[in-house]
Parts: sequence; C-alpha cells; structure tokens
Amino acid sequence: MTSWEHYVRPGSLDEALTILAEGDGSARVIAGGTDLLLDIQQGRHPPVTTLVDITGIPEMLAIAAAGDEIYLGSAVTHTTIVHDPLLNENTLCLIEACGLIGGPQVRNVATIGGNVAHALPAGDGTIALLALQAQAQIASAHGRRWMDLEELFVGPGQASFDRSREILVGFRFKKRGPDEQTGFRRIMRPQGVAIAILNMAIWFRGSNETGIEDIRMAIGPAGPRPLRARRTEAILRGRKLSDDVIAQATEALLGEARLRTSPHRATVEYRRHLTGVLLRRTLAAATGQDTPTPVAVGG
Amino acid sequence: MTKMGLWVNEHWVEVEPGPGEMLSDVLRYRLGLTGTKIACDEAECGTCTVLMDGEPILSCSIPAMKASGRRVVTIEGLAKNGNLHPLQQAFVNFGAVQCGFCIPGQIMTAAALIEGNPDPAESEIRDALKDTLCRCAGYPSIVRAVQAAARSLRTGEPVAQSELPEASTLVTVGRIVPRPDAVEKVNGSARFADDLTFPGMLYGRTLRAGVPHAILTALDVARAKALPGVRAVLTAEDIPGEHRHGLVIRDWPVLVGIGDKVRYVGDAVALVAADERRIAEAALALIETSYEPMETVTDPVRAREDGAPLVHETGNLLKHIQVRKGDVGRGFEQAEVILEDEYFTPTTEHAYMEPECSIARPVSGGRLEIYVGSQIPYSDRSQVAACLKMPVEKVRIIGTLIGGGFGGKEDIAGQIHAALLAKATDRPVKILYDRHESLLFHPKRHATRIRVRLGAMRDGRLVASATELYGDTGAYASLGEKVMTRATTHSSGPYVVPNVKADCYAMYTNNPPSGAFRGFGVTQSAFAVESTMDQLAERLGINPIELRSKNALRPGTVTNTGQILKESVGLMECIERVEAEVRRRAGADPFASRRVEGAPHLRRAWGFAVCYKNTGLGGGAPDKAAAEVELRQDGTAEVRTSSAEIGQGMVTVLQMIAAEELAMPLEAVQVLLSDTDLTPDGGPTTASRQTYVTGNAVRHASNVVRQAMAATLAEKYDVPPDSIRFVEGLAQVNGDRLPFGEVVSLMKAEGREPRATYEYWAPTTQALGTGGDMHFAYSFAAQAAEIEVDLDTGEVSVRCVIAANDVGRVINPLGLQGQIEGGVMMGLGNALTEEFIVEDGRVFSDRLARYRMPSIVHTPEIVSLVVEHPTSEGPYGAKGVGEISSIPTTPAITNALYNACGVRARRLPVDQDWLARELAQMQAKA
Ligand SMILES: Cc1cc2nc3c(=O)[nH]c(=O)nc-3n(C[C@H](O)[C@H](O)[C@H](O)COP(=O)(O)OP(=O)(O)OC[C@H]3O[C@@H](n4cnc5c(N)ncnc54)[C@H](O)[C@@H]3O)c2cc1C
Ligand code: FES
Ligand code: FES
Repeated sequence: MTSWEHYVRPGSLDEALTILAEGDGSARVIAGGTDLLLDIQQGRHPPVTTLVDITGIPEMLAIAAAGDEIYLGSAVTHTTIVHDPLLNENTLCLIEACGLIGGPQVRNVATIGGNVAHALPAGDGTIALLALQAQAQIASAHGRRWMDLEELFVGPGQASFDRSREILVGFRFKKRGPDEQTGFRRIMRPQGVAIAILNMAIWFRGSNETGIEDIRMAIGPAGPRPLRARRTEAILRGRKLSDDVIAQATEALLGEARLRTSPHRATVEYRRHLTGVLLRRTLAAATGQDTPTPVAVGG
Repeated sequence: MTKMGLWVNEHWVEVEPGPGEMLSDVLRYRLGLTGTKIACDEAECGTCTVLMDGEPILSCSIPAMKASGRRVVTIEGLAKNGNLHPLQQAFVNFGAVQCGFCIPGQIMTAAALIEGNPDPAESEIRDALKDTLCRCAGYPSIVRAVQAAARSLRTGEPVAQSELPEASTLVTVGRIVPRPDAVEKVNGSARFADDLTFPGMLYGRTLRAGVPHAILTALDVARAKALPGVRAVLTAEDIPGEHRHGLVIRDWPVLVGIGDKVRYVGDAVALVAADERRIAEAALALIETSYEPMETVTDPVRAREDGAPLVHETGNLLKHIQVRKGDVGRGFEQAEVILEDEYFTPTTEHAYMEPECSIARPVSGGRLEIYVGSQIPYSDRSQVAACLKMPVEKVRIIGTLIGGGFGGKEDIAGQIHAALLAKATDRPVKILYDRHESLLFHPKRHATRIRVRLGAMRDGRLVASATELYGDTGAYASLGEKVMTRATTHSSGPYVVPNVKADCYAMYTNNPPSGAFRGFGVTQSAFAVESTMDQLAERLGINPIELRSKNALRPGTVTNTGQILKESVGLMECIERVEAEVRRRAGADPFASRRVEGAPHLRRAWGFAVCYKNTGLGGGAPDKAAAEVELRQDGTAEVRTSSAEIGQGMVTVLQMIAAEELAMPLEAVQVLLSDTDLTPDGGPTTASRQTYVTGNAVRHASNVVRQAMAATLAEKYDVPPDSIRFVEGLAQVNGDRLPFGEVVSLMKAEGREPRATYEYWAPTTQALGTGGDMHFAYSFAAQAAEIEVDLDTGEVSVRCVIAANDVGRVINPLGLQGQIEGGVMMGLGNALTEEFIVEDGRVFSDRLARYRMPSIVHTPEIVSLVVEHPTSEGPYGAKGVGEISSIPTTPAITNALYNACGVRARRLPVDQDWLARELAQMQAKA
C-alpha cells in the first residue's frame, strides 16, 4: 500500500501553510511520524497525498524563556526536552513524562507537538502540559491564535483545529514560581502497546506548613479527552495532605474521571482501583512528601 | 519523486525515493546495505536502528526524505579499516550474538549510548536498549558486552574476553569459543533470506482468507492478473501435485480451492508474483472472493463435545494420548492427601525476530533452488517436490542463516508458494512475510487446559497422579500430536509415581495451528504439575524443596511411561545446587514473604520448580542423522550436514566436535549446513536433539577419517596405527611431524578418500504404551526465582533466577550460557507477559505491539549452575540443552508469586490487572 506520494520539508511556517492549503485536505503535517505513519500503514488514517514535514521550521524548534513564561516549539523532540536545562529547572512533570515515552529511538524523532496533536486522551506529554496549564498556538492561512490547551481536544484522536490546513506551532506556560513543584507518574504494562493504563500529572504550590495552596491535575485516559480534574483539584486546594483528604480526593476523582475498559489492556475495575494508587503516587512525587500506601495483604 | 542526497557511512549518495519509501528501503534495497534488518516494520522492535546525525533512530519508520542531507551510519559503517568496533568485538567475545538478527540494532543503539556516556551503568544500558528486542534474549550477555566495549574505549585496551569458566579437560570441547558466524553477524555482512536478490527476481504475496471457518464459494483473479507488473496469479487449480502439506499428517491445504473449506484466518487462497512487492500487494486487493461462513469452534473442550462444528471431516480429535502405570484407583485410595487443581495456558508466539522468507529460483536441468531459513530442510524438499510433482532430486533446499526459530520454522511457510510462482513464471520469486502475516499464519505454542490430581502420603511420598489435558492444536495437525504427547508423558513431573493415569485430547479448532515451540508441550504441563506440587507441600507442611527431593527421579527409578532410568539423572544434584545457592542468598526461609525497606507496597519471595525434558524424537521414531567430514589439501576440514543453526550454536558445537576428534585447530574446521545437494540429512532441528544425534554423526564421521589417516600413515611408515599421534593438525609418526594437508596428499595418492559420511542412529526407543525406553536421554533442571510484587498495581518483576541444568556434558560454555539466558527469558515471558490473543478465530495479536514479550528491562540476574551427569551414548556425554533451560522458569515464578502475596496463578500469563483485583479482594476480606 502506498502511504504517501509527495514528501516536502518546508523551511518556514508560511511555506508549510501554503502547501497545506494547496493540498486542499489531502496534505498532512508530519513531525516525528511515530504516530502518523503507523496509523497510515495500519489503515487507521485516510490516505495522504502529501506529507508536510515541519521539523525544519526554526520557530517550531525553539525553547525559550520570555518574562515569566516559557515557549516550547511543537516540533521539539522528547529527547531535546529531556535534556533541556530550562525545562528541567521549571517543569519536572514534562521531563518525567517525555522521558518515559518509547525508547531512545522513538524519543529522538517523536515530538511534543505530535503527542498533543494526535489528541489521544492519555498522551504522556499531553497530560503533563495540561497540568502546566499550557496554551497552544495554532497557525492558519488567516493568522495565528492562542488557545487553552484543553480546548484543543474534541474526542479521541480528534482536535479542534483543522490538521489538514492548520499547524500547531508551539506552547507557552508559566515558569516555576516559589513553592511550586510538579510531578508525573503512570502505570503501564510491560512492552507492547505504548499507551498508559493510567497516567497523571500534578502541578502544586504549597508546603508542609501551608498545605496545598493551589493545585492542577490532569489524568488520562479518563474520558474522550485528556482530563483536567477540576473537581478533585477543588477538594485538595487549601488542604493539608492526610489519608482522609486523599480518600476524599480519590472519591472526587472517581466521580469526574470517565474510566472504561480497554479490551486486552485494562478493565474499568482495574483503572478504578489504580486511580487512588496513582493519585497517591503522583501527589507524593509532586509534593516531595512520602505518602505511604496502607497495605494489609500478607503472604 | 524528488531527488535527495544523504551521507551514508561517510559516502555521499543521491537517490530518488519513491512514494512511501522509508530510510530502511533506501539502505537495504537501493544501496544494498542489508546489514540493517527489518523485523517488525512497525517501530516496535529496534532491529532496524541506524544512527542519524549520531542519534539512534528506527529506519523502518523514518521516511527516506527525512534523512535528506543528514549523516547516516549503519552497522556496515562501524568497523574502521577492517577492524571491528570494540562493541562488535565485545558482542563476539561475550557470546551476545545468537541468531544475530537483532544484533545490528543492538550494536547501533549501544554505539550511540557509549558515544555520549563512556562509562554507562547497567541501568543506563537497560534504558538505552529498552525497546531493542532480542528474542534469543541474551540480554545479560549484551549488558556485559556493552560494558566491556565501553571499558576498552575508555582505556584503549583490547576488548576483554568472557570470564565464564571453561568446562573441560579435553582439548577443544568445553573451551570458550566464539561462534564462527559471529563476526559476520556483528559487521552486517551476514545474509539472511531477505538479504538475497537475484536478477529478474519477482516478489510474491499471499492472499489469506481472513475468515476462520467458511467455504470458499467464489474466487476471481482476473482483475489482479490484469494489473500492470503482475506476472502470475495462482489458485488451487494451478497446483500440479499434492494439494496439501504437513509435517506428520498432510492436512494443510497449499491453497484453498473453490468449494473447499477455510479452517483458519491464515489459510492461503491465492498467490501473486509481480515486479515489485508494492504491485503484488495492490494485486491482492483486486482479487475477489466470497465465502459462506460456518460456525466456528475455538475452544478445545468445546471441540470435543457432541454437536460441535467439525473442523475436519474426520472429526475434531487429532489424538487421544494415554499414559497408564500401576493402578491409579488404588493409588488414590491409599493416598492420605489428595490435591486437585486446574490450569490454563494461552497460545503463545515464537516471535523470532526474522519473519519467514523463501526464495525459489528455477535453474538449469529443470531444477528449483529454494533459499530459506528452515529447521527441517529435507522435509521442505520432499513437501515442495510432492506439491510440484517433481522428483525430490530436482529440488534443492539451500539453507540461509536463520533469525531465530524456537520451533516455529519447522512447518512449511512460503517454500511451496514461492516454488509454484517460480515454476509458473520461470523467474526467481521471493516471498517475504511481514510481521502481520507471520503472526497470522504460523503455528504457535498450544493453549492448554490441564487438570492435575496428585495423591500423596503424609510424609510426602507421591502415590498417584491423574492428569487430564486438552490441547488446542488449531486448524491443522502440524506437530500437534507429538507436542501433546510430550505434554502428557511429562505431566506428572520428574517424579517417581507408582500409579499414573494421564489422558490428553489434542483437538482441532478454528484457531491458528499450534506446533513445535521450545519446551514442546512440557512448558505447559510442567507449569501445572509444579504449581500443584507447591500446593501439596503447603498442605503437607513440608518444604517445597524437600517434597521434590523425596520424589525426584534418580538412577534406577522408573518414569511414568515405564522407562527404567539407568544413568545420567542429575536431578538431585540440580536441586541441591539450587537449594544451596538460594539459602546462601536468602537464608533459611527463602519462601517466606519479605517486606522491602521504604516501600511498604512491595513484597518479595523466592519460588522453586524442577522439570525434565527428553532429548531426541523418542517414542519409537527412528532418530538418525548423517554427516560428512572431509579433510582438504590445505589442511582444513569441512563438516557437512543438514541441521539448522537457529541461533542455538549448532555450528560451533559441530565445529568443536570435529576439531576434537580430528585433533585439529578449531579455526581449521568449517561447517556447511543445510544444502540438500551438498549436505546429508541431519534430521529435524527439534526436540533438543542436534547436539546428541548430529553431534554423534560428526564425531563418528571424524573418527572414520582419522582412522583412515592413521591407516595410510601406518602403511607408509610401517608402524602400528595406534603409535601415530594427532596433535593440533599435525600427525606425529616416527618422530616426523606431517601437516594434515600432506597426509591428505598421501591418502589421495593411494586412492583413499580423505572423507567419510556417517549415518548415526540414536538408540532405539519404544512407542508410548509399550513400556521400555521411550527416550534415549533426558535433561533435568531445577530453578529458583525471586520475584517482587507491587501489591497496589499487581505488577510483578523477577529479580533473580538461579538455574541448574543437567546437560550431560558442556561442549560450548558460551553457547550454553546463551541458551540458558534466553531460555529463562522465554520462561519469564511465558509466566508474566506473553499471550497470543485470538477472539472467535480472529487474531487480535496481529502486530508485534500487541504481543507483549520481555525486553532487557525485565531481565533478572541469571545465575547458571552447570550440572554434568554424562549420558554414555551422547557425544562426550552431552544431551539436550535448548529447551530444558526454559521450562521450570514459569512455575518457579508463579510459585514465588504465591509465596510473596498469597495469590495462586492458575492461568497464564499472570495479568497485573487480574492480580491487582485479586489482591484488593483479599485485602477487603482480611
Ligand atoms: C514504540 C513507540 C512507543 C511509544 N511510546 C509512547 C509513550 O510511552 N507515551 C506516549 O504518549 N506516546 C508514545 N508513543 C506515541 C508517539 O511516539 C508520541 O505520541 C509522539 O509524541 C508523537 O509525535 P510525532 O512527532 O511522532 O507525531 P506524528 O506521528 O508526526 O504526528 C501525530 C499526529 O499529529 C499531527 N501533527 C504532528 N505535529 C503537528 C503540528 N505541529 N501541527 C499540526 N499537526 C501535527 C500529525 O498530522 C498526526 O496526525 C509511542 C510510539 C511508538 C512508536
Ligand atoms: S522497529 Fe523497525 S523493524 Fe522493528
Ligand atoms: S540474537 Fe537477538 S534475536 Fe537472535
């Protein structure tokens, strides 16, 4: 099966947008291709005539600080993210998430933008960016716009921007402030299908003394779109961590997460069971606190 | 199409990639750099890794155009000035190369790692190689090799040698020797079937039914035939000879004809040969078929019920296998404790890294050559000849290197199809399966349901065993009967049990066929009986090791098929050695659940299991192998036989045996395998038989040559033959030292051939049910595994496996190490991750990403304890190694799991989802 006819690698965003426009729906952006090519090869993606490789466009490869914000180009690879000092200083959850994706071969080409634009409910990088309350910039023939990342997702694999005509240029999010920390954890199966059974990222401001001053939390797959768990955040905000508070938060999370069974990957019961486990672990990671799990099972 | 240029191994090349072309296509097919291998073509396995601007990437999934202007380095570009890169050398020295198919990917990934990190810790090596799979699974050797290479690069010193102890007092046998094919496997020059091309070669593809049970009612190939570039489209009507093939029973249609029945989704319906693979694929889509669907039967128990849909007109029962000894009724009456349980094992997949590939080529004299990596070349020859209605001499099977087999390359794959297309077009035709097709089509490991009932006295002595097994042999017989026979005869474990009854039903279903797979049925029944033994130990309050020792087979005892074991029963020593090592590490109570400091959700414990496994075909089947040994004028020798090198180290073993017997330096012995014109029949590469059977053939043939040398020299020097000494390729006679080359000249001068063929017949065995020796040798093993379970998530990891194997005699310690590491890893996968999922006859696990197998990340510390209880007929006492190392791992792990957290796994693999829910339930009850 022929997967594409033409392959172009424009040097500027305008050029890329023009090619997409000319393709009139039959052209498609390719970044690392680690999702797209398999989708095409395995018949999950409509045929594509032209692939527009956006990995040679400088502004999409940038990582930069501007005031209290960080800009992250969408064509930055996971490898680059993991080694970037600015990101390491500011967004541990993103480092942890991108460092877990694939093996080095995949991370060397797969991009953060591809992870987001693929629009799966549990992309690891996506979940981390969501907890960072990132905004995404979309460019079209008519201009550019920023949107909250959350608004980019419509359903599993569906994005709110037109991926055959528009381009996700980059992200921006706040630098880490005083008393702010982040963390990412996921639960996987060994080898094979590279989608987390459940993943979670948490951004958190507070301390042992003050408790949780503010918190943002994202979890996947917990519905058709990556989920910002706002109700759970509300339960936790202003509280000090205790078994009781975590139990309440777990309950809230189970209330707002739409968990389901994925055949041969995870049952809904397992996911429900893991929700509390993962919440504990991610909170512990983000707050640097030890929150031991109560266990009563013996051999 | 656009022109592009890139640097490949420091050469600037310009190419014009076609639509959909990947970097690997450019490298392999345009530039002929076939060192880069394709194993999955779906970004899952890492085999195709090359460096792009110094970073490892998956060349199978990188559009060629992405490499435009970049610097690409492939395995061929690593060696400098003819010197191997230290990594390549280290992979050779440390035995990290087995079948070799994954090795270019391993080395390239590791090369990028040590370039940026000159002293990587083991954890960093694991991280780097986490998605670079090796099914031969010599992961510990790979880690050692990477570390040694890094050390050499840091210090400038030569790459270290393996520190494995040598094993023997003989000259060559027992020494550490790298595989003769290791260098070509690390430098990228090794040729597997898909690496070969011939002028005018066409590309064949197979249309598969895609429905599990149906009548093919219509088939129209006209549109496919009309597609430009298509050279032939064949259907069942075009088969000149036999329409069915099969290793034992010819029940497998070469192509399903109109009006005939499809029995599983992988059944072949039509064949296409075209100028390009792409065209052949497009043609498949133009073939029109219609099917009348039939009710399916996909469960072996259901298949035996009255009224179940019939897979074959003759019924669904392939074979009812029975073992009877003593009087089980009385045995259970006598028993003070009876324990019964039921176990389920899933279908599993060999997942050898090299997918099947056959090339058929018409040559002069109306002959056909077939290039294929097959485990049974002579059987390929007879099956191809029968279907093409050709005399067998007109078919020549030429074995290529084999990128892993594990039993899965015994049945016919594309050999007959390629031959049909080559005959029809009079052109060479290559049929390469992609991973998807390979997964759909080839025979797997049998799924089983096994009910075990054990009766024992209070002191632990076993008095009765009753087993009922159901084996799912799928749509065709393959080796199903043999596999399930082995499962049955080994189903009460390596124990003395006076009263035994075992019944096995090997059933046809509409699932993909099942056949040979490392362990050959014993993997399944050992899991069942060893799980039951641990439960029995708990019930009786006896230590699990003690319970096994009490009942263990020893010399002079009788197996459950009535065979008196006369010698070479090293089970007790295996048990004792493992026990000592476990106690050394874990103290007096290794089977107790232990907490982990600072991680309250984790538990650890050890588990234990034993097993035995026959060497050779047994059961009354004549088991023979022929080998030819020739001394040449230049003082070298060549060994020829058709036995398969599937990564297990056969070439090395035969080379060592010939060198030992002929008293020659190892390097002077070459081995030629698997060319039916040039090499005599070594029999199938199965049942761990090659070292013993073909090894003996080589040993005897070498001896005949040696005696002929002695006879020639004795006459010439007029000395008694036994006064002549042979040392290191020299004959010592009367104070003279003659190189073998000169002896060859002398022999030729007097008309004596410096060559001998020997057909070795292994000791006769008896059919099941007749008593007597069912097998001529058995290997024995004991293993202990330490696992860690996460009580919250149900995740299980294996920390350490201690494996003692009685292999009779170690011939090649480096090869043995690879077999043990790889065997343990397969057992681990079988316990924890592997399941080939088929739903109502339709394959869910149709991509590598849907078949979970362990990677370097899951590799425990593996401690190998070698036990040598020689078997008198085996070469130097050796018996089988290839399977025994894999079998006890699964029950050792599941027993450890029970010990750690109290959950007994009765269904494999241990699913983390299931386990977490079980644990949560236990917690709720507590
Ligand atoms: C072996 C393997 C392991 C993996 N492991 C993980 C894992 O652990 N966790 C995980 O989350 N994912 C994993 N993935 C999935 C994948 O690698 C990631 O989602 C990756 O980040 C996708 O990025 P990409 O650049 O390759 O995207 P591509 O495949 O190039 O693109 C994905 C989609 O996004 C569109 N797109 C890409 N960039 C843009 C853009 N700038 N503007 C508009 N549209 C765009 C494409 O058209 C396509 O529809 C794995 C994949 C493989 C093959
Ligand atoms: S990852 Fe490319 S062949 Fe498997
Ligand atoms: S050596 Fe790695 S797959 Fe065989």
